[in-house]
Amino acid sequence: MNLDEALHTFIAESRELLQNMEDALLRIEQSPDDEELINAIFRAAHTIKGSAGLFGLDYIVAFTHVAESVLDRVRNGELRIEGDLVAVLLSSCDHLVELIEHLAAGSGDPTAEIQEKSKAIAACLNDYLGSDAAKNTNVVLTTEPNQTCTSEGGGEVETDLWHISLRFGKDVLRNGMDPLSFIRYLSTLGDIHHIFTLLNNIPPAVEMDPESCYLGFEISFKSNADKATIEGVFEFVREDCMIRILPPRSKITDYLKLIAELPEEELRVGEMLLRCGTLTQAELDAALRLQHGDGTAAPRPLGEVLVEAQMVSSPVMEAALDKQKQVKEHKSAEANLIRVDADKLDELINLVGELIIAGAGTNLIAQRTGDADLLESTATMSRLVEEVRDSALKLRMVQIGGTFNRFQRVVRDVSKELGKDIELVISGAETELDKTVVEKIGDPLTHLVRNSMDHGIESAETRLAHGKPAKGTLKLNAFHDAGSIVIEVSDDGGGLNKQRILNKAIERGLINETDNLSDKEIYNLIFEAGFSTAETVSNLSGRGVGMDVVRRNITALRGTVNLDSVEGRSTTVRIRLPLTLAIIDGFLVGVGTSVYVIPLDMVVECIERAAWENAGGDGRYINLRGEVLPYLRLREHFEVEGEPARRENVVVVRHGERKVGLVVDRLLGEFQTVIKPLGKVFNRISGIGGFTILGSGEVALIIDVPGLMGQGVVEMERNGQNAESMRALN
Amino acid sequence: MNINIANEDGICRIGIDGEMTIYSATQAKESLLSAMADCNEIEMNLAHVSEIDAAGLQLLALVKREAADRNKPLHFIAHSQAILDMLDLCNLAGVFGDPVVLSPA
Repeated sequence: MNLDEALHTFIAESRELLQNMEDALLRIEQSPDDEELINAIFRAAHTIKGSAGLFGLDYIVAFTHVAESVLDRVRNGELRIEGDLVAVLLSSCDHLVELIEHLAAGSGDPTAEIQEKSKAIAACLNDYLGSDAAKNTNVVLTTEPNQTCTSEGGGEVETDLWHISLRFGKDVLRNGMDPLSFIRYLSTLGDIHHIFTLLNNIPPAVEMDPESCYLGFEISFKSNADKATIEGVFEFVREDCMIRILPPRSKITDYLKLIAELPEEELRVGEMLLRCGTLTQAELDAALRLQHGDGTAAPRPLGEVLVEAQMVSSPVMEAALDKQKQVKEHKSAEANLIRVDADKLDELINLVGELIIAGAGTNLIAQRTGDADLLESTATMSRLVEEVRDSALKLRMVQIGGTFNRFQRVVRDVSKELGKDIELVISGAETELDKTVVEKIGDPLTHLVRNSMDHGIESAETRLAHGKPAKGTLKLNAFHDAGSIVIEVSDDGGGLNKQRILNKAIERGLINETDNLSDKEIYNLIFEAGFSTAETVSNLSGRGVGMDVVRRNITALRGTVNLDSVEGRSTTVRIRLPLTLAIIDGFLVGVGTSVYVIPLDMVVECIERAAWENAGGDGRYINLRGEVLPYLRLREHFEVEGEPARRENVVVVRHGERKVGLVVDRLLGEFQTVIKPLGKVFNRISGIGGFTILGSGEVALIIDVPGLMGQGVVEMERNGQNAESMRALN
Repeated sequence: MNINIANEDGICRIGIDGEMTIYSATQAKESLLSAMADCNEIEMNLAHVSEIDAAGLQLLALVKREAADRNKPLHFIAHSQAILDMLDLCNLAGVFGDPVVLSPA
């Protein structure tokens, strides 16, 4: 069993346990009598303490012990769960996460800062322990060497290094074992701080048998491994070798014993220990003085007993075996999951993208040859490629629940901070979306959630005065809709004040006083950059601060954001994001000689222009079965030259609640599209989301429907007075 | 393992080629000790040592001690990577501290 592996398992398990602990702590406030939850919290602390002990992580054991003691009292009904206690426990949980992360980073022993924090939090926890536990506390908090009994000869040495003395037996080499390989293996368990190789025991040349081993090593070793593991290194040579392993901070008497046991003379051994950095000069002096009975009493039996207890490792051994078993069971349960580097997935998806482009090329060639067999085989291949694409993309899909659950904590902390009582309701947690999107959505969501709590939900008094329940509700919801995922952040707070926004927008020059805006348009003004000033914070009670940043982040993900509000009742911010960023099903349309791709998920239907032209459309809006449908000519929008086709088609696309018709010359059918980003030069062109390469090698631009819709509206308004002349042109 | 011995002006140049391990230790001990017997100065070229174990290490230590006992200057030269790794592991670069030069890879 490789220790590094075991330590990683410990870290991974601890993270998981701490996550569970945090979740349980967050839930327990609502149901303080839920024994299941209390037990879950206790178990987490208990398991971490136990495992940390196996690895000799004393500082984690010490800290967790205090938390565990408090939890034990809770479990026994001696303490009641209440807000302050949960807060202290949560900060303990956080601190444990910090300790574990520190360990994971391989930074060795905790820094003074962390130790200070441990003490501070432990002190808070101690307040809950009452007087009977005070002595416990003293024990657990001394991570520094205990100095009290130095004069009795039982003092500990200063260093935190293991000391290992090895004298290999004569026959080790003959038995086919190489002492050096043991040292090499040992170095995988930790850091060999210093090693001293003893060559002096090699007998004179004549007597020396080159096949016998005469080597010895004195090693000071820095490691988080437990004694059983280190002993395990030398398992195969235990029989015929002299092996002494002293744990860190062993009693000086232990070293004394070691010195006495080693075949070399005392002073020399002492010198070796000194050189290894295991002992300091003062400690060595004290030890030697002690051994010569020089003014100090001989080690007392009690001390001996303690020393023996420290040396005996059978419980450690047992625990280690138990742990191994546990790990094994855990492993087999985890065997169905593989952790894969995200970069590898990206590479796979890139390759699938290239495969799709290459496949489209093959299809085209097959069609040109008209060979029926070839056509059939390419059709099969296309279908398979499509399936490969779907499963490749699914690999990157993760549930949004993980992200949502993080907000439990945010909501709890912020509501404490603000002195408001707010409950978070999560729904649609199982909705899946691309990992890259999930990663990037965290910050905007945090912003929106904080905003809602800070400025949306009113204080309890105001709420009661308005006839609402004192407890505010914040909802996070997610669902799939038309090829995108919708994430809603809603609160039942005060809503937005329309008039104030209008005044502000006019003042900022964002709109004209004469503009006639719908409610929705007014609310969405807060996403404009002009609204994110400090001044606005007071005037609009902070709503809209940084909202432009939120919108920018979401736009960067090819998503959109909008806001709904009922004054005095609620506010809902709706984020709409594409499911993936890499490959989509596209709908190919032709305008003149150019080809464009419209995301298929957004296409609702296609109709022929003639069908509605006669029905009395006025050139900007058409009558779609009685529905008013604005439309946009791609030919005009992209300034494609040439005569319009005689029979134009309209592709009806939907984004969110809006529908728009796009007038094109030809409909070319479905096409799997690998989205390639446009270069920086084209960054500012709205209405185009990227490009793709067709089977023929031609480039087709991908239409960014939401962008186009936004632009279309503006254009229509700007061109309002020119409508007549435009129609004349057509 | 091959041990090449060349005597030049009283300097014994010993070149070791191959593995310095338990398998060849007995033979190596004889060869090395006899080579050392009739010269004034010894130079051990370790450039071609492909592997060394504890038995090899003991031999090096033995040669070093013998040379010192007989007041014959001894140089270890051109340490191979295997030797350097071993010296590093055992912290013995100081003991076999003749010029440790990284042999051209």
